Amino acid sequence: MQIGLTHYLSVAAILFTLGVLGIILNRKNIIIILMSVEMILLSVNINLVTFSTFLGDLTGQVFSLFILTVAAAEAAIGLAILVTYYRNRGSIAVEDINMMKG
Amino acid sequence: MNVAAVFFYLFSAIMLASAFMVIAAKNPVHSVLFLILAFVNASGLFLLMGAEFLAMILVVVYVGAVAVLFLFVVMMLDVDFAELKQGFLQYLPLGSVIGIVVAIELLLVMVGFTQSDAALGAGASPIQANVSNTEALGLVLYTKYVYLFQASGLVLLTAMIGAIVLTLRHKPDVKRQVIADQNARTRADAIEIKKAPSRAGV
Repeated sequence: MQIGLTHYLSVAAILFTLGVLGIILNRKNIIIILMSVEMILLSVNINLVTFSTFLGDLTGQVFSLFILTVAAAEAAIGLAILVTYYRNRGSIAVEDINMMKG
Repeated sequence: MNVAAVFFYLFSAIMLASAFMVIAAKNPVHSVLFLILAFVNASGLFLLMGAEFLAMILVVVYVGAVAVLFLFVVMMLDVDFAELKQGFLQYLPLGSVIGIVVAIELLLVMVGFTQSDAALGAGASPIQANVSNTEALGLVLYTKYVYLFQASGLVLLTAMIGAIVLTLRHKPDVKRQVIADQNARTRADAIEIKKAPSRAGV
């Protein structure tokens, strides 16, 4: 049995769904939300690399590299904001973050 | 069933199971460890597809930097995570409905997808058979996408500056170097000459 484009795309689709589910289910825990975002970006990367391989075009891998960069930056900034918030408030409860609302 | 298919099912099964455990685990440290497992298996999938450079980058950058950063933050924050886990079941009906809808939509797109034979190799930068993956990626990245490459470097620089600015804290009782003050010192305000009386000391 040959593993084709559809197999990889299905795996990426399930991973994307799991990421979305993680965001919805763990509404209170922002660390899990950040990890779910990383999983969503990983599934996008799998999609790009899959198309790059099966279409014989390297551009998908280049874009996957850029997504990797953005994901790393996003994780660093998100965790820095989280640490600052914890330092100010003593907790990381997400539902209190609307304190900047006017 | 050939070896590639066996490894595809192995990698994707472990990756999806650990991705599920990331969102279902009670302890966030376990979540981070399952996230690392998911990334390692995804890099195995990349290897199967022939994207060797991206597979190694995934291990180095994601497992080595991002996941360990998550681990640091989870272990540094002293938070009652059991309390944060409440409401998991509350959102389960809504979450499962949305999840099933998203999954069905995505899988419908996959099933209806057919690829034209003319599309193979007709892209902007076709994969050559005699060039290794890393070399080919470099040949494209540093020529055709060099401005995007620089821009992604700027994104990383911004993230670095932002993270430092956000987390840098000046404690009041810690002495720091102030270069301007140090350079502005003269002999007049640094040295004081006192006349010490003989046999009495200062």
